[in-house]
Amino acid sequence: MVETIIQDISIEALRNGDRAEFAQLVDAYSAPIYRLGLRMLGNEQDAEDVLQNTFLSALTHLPAFEGRSSVLTWLYRIAVNEALMILRRGKPEVNIDDTDSSDDNDQISPTQFVDWSALPEDELLSAEGKQALDTAIRNLPENLRMVFLLRDIQDLSIKDTADTLNLTEVNVKVRLLRARLLLREQLSYYYGERMKKEKSNG
Amino acid sequence: MVESTHETCEGLLGSLSDYIDGDLGAELCRQIEKHIAECEDCRIVVDTTRKTIDLVHASNDPQTGLPDDVRNRLYKRLNLDDYLKPSAK
Repeated sequence: MVETIIQDISIEALRNGDRAEFAQLVDAYSAPIYRLGLRMLGNEQDAEDVLQNTFLSALTHLPAFEGRSSVLTWLYRIAVNEALMILRRGKPEVNIDDTDSSDDNDQISPTQFVDWSALPEDELLSAEGKQALDTAIRNLPENLRMVFLLRDIQDLSIKDTADTLNLTEVNVKVRLLRARLLLREQLSYYYGERMKKEKSNG
Repeated sequence: MVESTHETCEGLLGSLSDYIDGDLGAELCRQIEKHIAECEDCRIVVDTTRKTIDLVHASNDPQTGLPDDVRNRLYKRLNLDDYLKPSAK
């Protein structure tokens, strides 16, 4: 995650092909890139492909990197594109562009009003609870999931998320809200059922 | 959500992310807090959405490093073997 990342990587040295500097870049950013791939694609082999291809691509394109965005945003953008290429192998319809915003104006209306927010932490973060959360994240539509992963899991700002995905900030905010509300719905359903079961078991 | 405050419930939903992220001005926060004090459904939506995001953060361990074998293969692929340091884990 961002806080573990060192700040003193020299763009100039990277552009000039300094291998030690590139090794430092790989050392600093490989874990978050791998985690992003894992979250996006759901399996270790694809995540490793994303990781390797991202740094190979970075190596090729570093001389042209103008430093207009942060290195992290730039690497994430490459990683997202690599992951999308893998996703499209199986599903050519995957599209996260701004033009794919036909449903962005539809407000998601909450339908679940079970208050599970005060359940004990150990219950919410049990192995089963975590699995429910992972499944809910995986079930998000692709265009919402990408925004959610970058903003809420990788901890990018709204602006960096927008830059990474080539979306407007407004679009990022709309999709983030939809993603959060959809997750909330799914978790409310899940914990609602559990609370009902516990009640009936006395 | 309650019918009589429908518009306000909709308005709250639109500002929900900004409210939870602490990106909303004091006056709008005050309006939302006043609303959720009176509207139980919206109070639940705010609390459970906030909890959802907390759970996402709590279950996402940023300290999870790269598995050693993945790391070794990456450095090899990038011809950086000579920079391979022991994992920080």
